[in-house]
Amino acid sequence: MNKADYKKMIKKYTPKEDVLKNALMAFVSGGVVGVISTIIYVIFLRFEFDVTSATSYTLVILILLSSLLTGIGCFDKLVEKFKCGIIIPITGFAHSITSSAIDSKKDGMITGIGASTFKLAGSVLLYGIVSAFILAIIKVVFYG
Amino acid sequence: MIYINAFILVGLISMIGQLILDNTKLTPGHITSLFVCAGAILSFFGIYEHLINFSKIGSSIPITSFGNLLYLAAYEGFKTKGIIGLFSNMLVTTSAGISSSVIFGFLVSIFFKSKD
Repeated sequence: MNKADYKKMIKKYTPKEDVLKNALMAFVSGGVVGVISTIIYVIFLRFEFDVTSATSYTLVILILLSSLLTGIGCFDKLVEKFKCGIIIPITGFAHSITSSAIDSKKDGMITGIGASTFKLAGSVLLYGIVSAFILAIIKVVFYG
Repeated sequence: MIYINAFILVGLISMIGQLILDNTKLTPGHITSLFVCAGAILSFFGIYEHLINFSKIGSSIPITSFGNLLYLAAYEGFKTKGIIGLFSNMLVTTSAGISSSVIFGFLVSIFFKSKD
């Protein structure tokens, strides 16, 4: 068997990741996260919080939930099932902080948890702040 | 209606992330960083405003809202305080998300053990 044949055979027997099914799953699960947060948001509005605080409370509750789920080890199973639907919302950011803190716990408080908490989430903060800064400068220079 | 709009918006943004993840070699880390930059850029061109009008809560749940809020806060800071406002106001509106992630992440890491 030559190389080309071998590659063909490998391709035939490698299970294809179903792109369409994954995308649909991400859409539905992301949507469900959106609906859950809307429910929390509406409850806070009912208690006469203003729009900004209700939004902040909703985010904080979602973050608390995903940190706890990460702590008890459920979050990775959920990610396997729901894919990007829970990575793209703020829950993914909280998960990345909590999971790197837990994983580095054995290295101690300072060199472990302290040093590694932002191992994954750091890139989000760094590129967010840098891009916001550059864009704000552009806006200021060109539009005043 | 507010529920359906939130469902559609968060679902669509997640689906775009999933499509990028499946069709390229980028990792979830790449995608979240990319989406934060995308949020700032959409905000710069005034497109994110339309998303906020479409669904107020739905637009603040995905990670893209981070970029949007960072950019808006930095620009707002410049308008009220000048150059130093760019630095001092940058994290004001995203503070709740960042602080609570760090605090809950720390507390959970104290009380729970790694599973593997």
